Amino acid sequence: MFGLFETGFAGFTWGNGVMVAVGSAFLYLGIAKKMEPLLLVPIGFGIVLINLPLGGLMECIVEGKVVEAYAIGGEPAALLSRVFHYGLIWEFIPCFIFLGLGAMTDFGPLIANPKTLLLGAGAQFGVYFAFFMALLLGFNINEAASIGIIGGADGPTTIFLTNRLAPHLIGVTAVAAYTYMAMVPIIQPPVIKALTTKKERAIYMKPQLRPVSAREKIMFPVIGAIIIILLVPKCAPLMGMFMFGNLLKECGVTDRLADTAANAFMNILTILLGLSVGAFMSAETFLKPECLMVFGLGIAAFAGSTFFGVILAKFMNLFLKEKINPMIGAAGVSAVPMSARVVQRMGQQANPRNFLLMHAMGPNVAGVIGTAVAAGMFLSILGG
Amino acid sequence: MPKEIVEVPIPGKIISVEVKPGDKVKEGDTLCVLESMKMENPIVAPVDGTITEVKVTADQVVKPGETIAVIEY
Repeated sequence: MFGLFETGFAGFTWGNGVMVAVGSAFLYLGIAKKMEPLLLVPIGFGIVLINLPLGGLMECIVEGKVVEAYAIGGEPAALLSRVFHYGLIWEFIPCFIFLGLGAMTDFGPLIANPKTLLLGAGAQFGVYFAFFMALLLGFNINEAASIGIIGGADGPTTIFLTNRLAPHLIGVTAVAAYTYMAMVPIIQPPVIKALTTKKERAIYMKPQLRPVSAREKIMFPVIGAIIIILLVPKCAPLMGMFMFGNLLKECGVTDRLADTAANAFMNILTILLGLSVGAFMSAETFLKPECLMVFGLGIAAFAGSTFFGVILAKFMNLFLKEKINPMIGAAGVSAVPMSARVVQRMGQQANPRNFLLMHAMGPNVAGVIGTAVAAGMFLSILGG
Repeated sequence: MPKEIVEVPIPGKIISVEVKPGDKVKEGDTLCVLESMKMENPIVAPVDGTITEVKVTADQVVKPGETIAVIEY
């Protein structure tokens, strides 16, 4: 007889209530506050959906039995578990999102000022800082690497690495990475202000960089891919797709493909990624002490990357005749272009004549390369 | 009176112009919004003063070095 037990009300726990509230908070931040809505709206709605019991959106078949939550090693048997399995576990989505990102990225500022590549690398120290903190807190080495990479502020790289090393953490690390990416304008400024004086924040940098030729922009992704992948082969799926997407954009003869990669293709993948990542966050999966620790470590990773990026910029200034504004080191956190925007805004507040955006974009895109290389190094050392 | 010429810093498109000749502005006030690299970037007044000229309009594509506005201070 149809009664209360056939509805989701019967199975609705306090944990589901908490997670529906969390998902709703993400929706609020995305829609009302306009904080990275393209990420927070799908993730938030995915969290809400999966925490409405008996919906079956993440069902899997494990040893012949249907289980309601996604199970690593099980066979996906529902809408979002299939998207999660074939999109994320099979690495299709994170790698092709990198293709779209490459098609949206302008390496001009980095090519014009190659020393900013160091700032992109410097910010990756935050990844290793969080890695060691995670080890100290009792996570095993594979889990610690997956948690540390959150500091790289790269959703696809986080998903890619966690899937290989600690797939049971994939949902929480992905949600942590994307949540903190959206909160970059809140997390970074206090760290930057603590490390710099007003005089340092007001250091003027001429807005225009040297002109970069079309030939340089074409050669960069090709030569960059060859060198980086030969040095760190395990980053080939991410770096290969990233540089391929960039080549489509810069070569000038594949504008249709670049336009699709940067727009329609990215939008499709973002919808699928956001929904399936959010749908991994059921109350049973998320409301555990280790998941909450991952969230705590994620913020440490972000703050650490900001810290090391700024410190490295200040260190470089000891040797540079023409000083750089140390805030651009914070843009090495590869939340593109959120970190660069933060630096641009803080730069204008400290000195209204300053326009740091292009200078910040150099470390910002270098950070994408840095994080993918860090992931490749973890994979090479830990095997995955 | 001294003049401050505010120039376009990076290539892009002017989305909106927030001032007109005769307006008094303070340091940090938005003069116009420049779209570049898929971001909206406010161009702010570097000094307190009065706008004497505005050389850009909405939807105009601009290059670095072009004059946005002149401020007398």
